[in-house]
Amino acid sequence: MLRLNKLTKIYKTGDKALNAVDLEVPKGQVLALIGPSGAGKSTLIRCINRLVEPTSGAVVLGDVDLTRLGSRRLRRERRRMGMIFQEYALVERLTVMENVLSGRLGYVGLFRSVFRQFPQKDVDEAFRLLDRVGLAHMADKRADELSGGQRQRIGICRALIQNPALLLVDEPTASLDPKTSRQIMRLITELCLERELAAIVNIHDVALAQMFVQRIVGLERGGIVFDGPPSDLTEDVLTRIYGEEDWSETIQKLDVEEDAA
Amino acid sequence: MEFALESRIGQPWKRPKFIKSPVVRWLMIVAAIAYLIAAMYSIEVNWARVYRGLDRGWQFVLAFVSPDFGSRAHDIRVGLTESAVMTIASTVVGIAISIPIGLGAARNISILPVYLTCRSIIAVSRALNEIVVAILLVAIFGFGPLAGFITLSFATIGFLSKLLAEEIEDMEKVQAEAVRSTGASWLQRYVYGIHPQVVPRLVGLSMYRLDINFRESAVLGIVGAGGIGATLNTAFDRYEFDTAAAILLVIIAAVMVLEYVSGMIRAKVQ
Amino acid sequence: MVVSTKNGLKVWQRRDRKYQLISWAVLLIGTAIFVWCWQEISRSTTWAFFWDAPRIAADIGSRAMPPRWEYIFTLWEPLWDTLNIATLGTILALMMAVPVAFAAARNTTPSAYFIRPVALLIIVSTRSINSLIWALLLVKIIGPGVMAGLIAIAIRSIGFCAKLLYEAIEEIDEKQVEAIEATGAGRWQIMVYGILPQIMPALAGISVFRWDINLRESTVLGLVGAGGIGLQLQGSLNTLAWPQVSLILLVILAAVLVSEWVSAKVRGAII
Repeated sequence: MLRLNKLTKIYKTGDKALNAVDLEVPKGQVLALIGPSGAGKSTLIRCINRLVEPTSGAVVLGDVDLTRLGSRRLRRERRRMGMIFQEYALVERLTVMENVLSGRLGYVGLFRSVFRQFPQKDVDEAFRLLDRVGLAHMADKRADELSGGQRQRIGICRALIQNPALLLVDEPTASLDPKTSRQIMRLITELCLERELAAIVNIHDVALAQMFVQRIVGLERGGIVFDGPPSDLTEDVLTRIYGEEDWSETIQKLDVEEDAA
Repeated sequence: MEFALESRIGQPWKRPKFIKSPVVRWLMIVAAIAYLIAAMYSIEVNWARVYRGLDRGWQFVLAFVSPDFGSRAHDIRVGLTESAVMTIASTVVGIAISIPIGLGAARNISILPVYLTCRSIIAVSRALNEIVVAILLVAIFGFGPLAGFITLSFATIGFLSKLLAEEIEDMEKVQAEAVRSTGASWLQRYVYGIHPQVVPRLVGLSMYRLDINFRESAVLGIVGAGGIGATLNTAFDRYEFDTAAAILLVIIAAVMVLEYVSGMIRAKVQ
Repeated sequence: MVVSTKNGLKVWQRRDRKYQLISWAVLLIGTAIFVWCWQEISRSTTWAFFWDAPRIAADIGSRAMPPRWEYIFTLWEPLWDTLNIATLGTILALMMAVPVAFAAARNTTPSAYFIRPVALLIIVSTRSINSLIWALLLVKIIGPGVMAGLIAIAIRSIGFCAKLLYEAIEEIDEKQVEAIEATGAGRWQIMVYGILPQIMPALAGISVFRWDINLRESTVLGLVGAGGIGLQLQGSLNTLAWPQVSLILLVILAAVLVSEWVSAKVRGAII
């Protein structure tokens, strides 16, 4: 469904963030992208919806090559890719409802969006999604009144109301406490399952990734160094991705936690 | 967490309004519109006069392309020097007077009668427009830069003392207290406890005020209080737009240079 | 702070020698400049007038008191004009300042090499020149009256408002904008949903702040013929009608205090 073909990004400073990355994500698959800071995880995700312009290579969603599109077509294709951010990136001074509905901006004309005249079915869908994440009663609160976990749920609603085929998730749990992190990861994977969404999840926490996804891709210095199921993630592999360290704790802890959960 | 989803589906959603009560909201909207209509209605425009003026306006715009620095170079130089002189002198004197008043107006280091006196000086200075003060001072001291100098000094006092007093009130109490605990006298306390914290800020504010004083000095001449404003006023009166354009360009350039320099000094001090 | 050794004893100095030399030099030059400035002023001053000043001030004071209270009925209309100059001038200025600010902010400008410098030039040139000078100019061009004052206030305020606003735009959180962009929103939708909510408080604060300043400035615009209560002030000064002058000054003072109170209230309500 999504195919990256020799995707390369070189920043103006000369840093090679992505080095001819090939990756294929089938429909409905949740994939975790792990790797040290600066490995290019964030760049990879942003190159897919072209918030960062890739230097060369192709991003094929369905059968459209996104890298060749003009700005109007690109906007239309962006509707099919919902994005969830590390620090939620909600518009703080808008209400929860406006934040969720802003996911429909790609579908609604300028006039209707300025005067907040969204179609009734969008409003209904927004309430359904808010109810699904348990925050429907907060609809008229301002986004900056919410806690971190609540904000991330709103962020998820905003991505889902786009009716996307693919979720791009950038460090969804990096600013959350361990318990909320799990709840958010569980919510994301459940929703992907319900809606048969593919997702690419950037994540720092290896244990958390192993817990929730079917496939893990390891990125190091702009290239893929591991691609396989969580069970194949051995100490050797982690050393290859992150460098020398005692990894036995990370993996062991995972087993214990899985029993508890 | 109770939320009746089914009852909400199919209902329109409206953004919560900034003013909750609809009566108050509509009253305010109607009042605002009524005011705007009344206000615009009260402006009388003599369109024939405006039309005749357009030609003159265009001449003035053209004058900016070929400003005449030459024919009144002497007047411009004298006016500019006078403005600079007024600016510098009034800023220095203003600062010198502002420091004691600012200290007196800081609640945490001053006694009540002194505090009230200083605060009322500040209030009077801030409430009076520079131009109005200049008019009165010109009536008293006669035409010339002395009236302008006193006006600007007076305005500087209101500005600087207030900010200085706030700065002192906000500053870290601990440090001043530590010095007091060594048994220092009032003066020593000022020199060692307050001075080091407030001085960088004071220098920054003074540079900022120097900048403002120059801008103000450019208009005081219109009411006869000296400076480049008088030269400008004369140029306008004689409809010498090219000279006026030259003077305006000089003012803009001077303000830009001053702003740049004061910005640099402020960045260095802080 | 430096510790040096002198005759085998450690001597503590607050600053090192070079720094001390520089500070003394700066102080010396500064004093010289000030003294020169003072001489310049005193050269163009008739000191006889100066020594005579207390007597003149007392004389004016005695003539000005009591204010001619019944004159207030003539002042209502100019006062209304003054208020309109300030309010409409501020509105007009904001309408022009908002686009200028967006053109001047690094993150929203359509072109950093052509449009941004133009916007910055507009900001600098309108800001450097006092509204009284603009009024002087406009009175010559479109004739005396409220209109000249209104436009003068508007022009002067463009640069002021646009400068504060573009600084606010440059400080917005780019991640919120990015998130809206990622939904497939168009350029204007990004503006309305991503940028505008973030700068609204700044915009409101700036408007009220500038309105307060404009009311003060519009009280004197009449001196050059640009309408408002300053016109009455000028007339009364010319005819040496001191009781009227004192009343006008009292009215101006009251207007300024009221405007300061209103703007403080409104700002409190917004933020």
